Amino acid sequence: MHIAEGFLPVGHAVAWFVVSTPFVVHGARAVIKESKEHPESRLLLAAAGAFTFVLSSIKLPSVTGSSSHPTGTGLGAILFRPPIMAFMATVVLLFQALLLAHGGLTTLGANVFSMGIAGPWVGYWVWKLNAKLGWSRDVGVFFAMALADLSTYLVTSFQLALAFPDPVSGIAGSVVKFLGVFALSQVPLAIAEGILGVLVFRILTDVAKPELQRLGVLRSPEKVAA
Amino acid sequence: MSKKSLINVALIVALFLVFGISFVIGGLHTDPEERFGGTDGAATTQIQESHPDYEPWFHPFFQPESSEIESGLFALQAGIGGTILGFAIGALWGRRHRGTGHVSGTPDADSDAAPEPGSEPAATSSRVADATA
Repeated sequence: MHIAEGFLPVGHAVAWFVVSTPFVVHGARAVIKESKEHPESRLLLAAAGAFTFVLSSIKLPSVTGSSSHPTGTGLGAILFRPPIMAFMATVVLLFQALLLAHGGLTTLGANVFSMGIAGPWVGYWVWKLNAKLGWSRDVGVFFAMALADLSTYLVTSFQLALAFPDPVSGIAGSVVKFLGVFALSQVPLAIAEGILGVLVFRILTDVAKPELQRLGVLRSPEKVAA
Repeated sequence: MSKKSLINVALIVALFLVFGISFVIGGLHTDPEERFGGTDGAATTQIQESHPDYEPWFHPFFQPESSEIESGLFALQAGIGGTILGFAIGALWGRRHRGTGHVSGTPDADSDAAPEPGSEPAATSSRVADATA
């Protein structure tokens, strides 16, 4: 999902910056507010940020014969709502743009939009939908994490297609081509991220039950105490 | 083995299966020139093919000179993240086990919590949490 440095036309790069900036500012404020008002949340905030830091650094083989990396943004979106992930993803993407030449400064706005905004919100909606359907928490975590990951790559495909429409088949044809690069490769990674997310979430419900209850992630205390 | 640990083990096995299957199936039709090339790079290549006259208008200030250095830096990123994640979960664990002691099956958790130095501030802030709860 990292659009390489310089690989968006100036107009597109600026537009994505304009779109993403308010989310990142709002997210940074949400992080500061949360850690000031609820110091006991700081460890969980750190865990959410660290999780995405680790996952986005690991390139894994996929069924298509290429490799890609997960995003890890669904966990923080479930725990603290999506805004904080806009900030966390920006930190990760800046680190990678500056130290690894992976992604870029000019494409930061677009990459933050896919990884830090679109993915976390999709994951959060899935998590909420799962709660409404009354399915088990593990199922909700799995789909929230997996779809936060997958949707990030779908958004990247659209961003690239908008910037580089196919000379013959236009934007639609270009979307199909970029989805061909990203979408199928990402499916097994998204599944793996979902499974890992469930594992990490199970650990967190063990060690941070009161914090998760306060955040409203775990609802009825008597139910989880069983 | 409790049901909880059974599920955890099953999840870990499933995780390895997903990687294993991906690796085997992916290995059948990966490019022999560059095995398991990154999708990000493939997207860039695709742009260069469909829009050969597009010139990237900005270049990274710093570029790892070799794939070895690059993978080392990726490992550094994973290491930093893993350290923080491990610390946070460890500190949360310490906070729980020094708390009111309603951790199942460890009645003497208070005495043998063996806190690492890092878990001290966490434990103090948990008192704030307990007080507000």
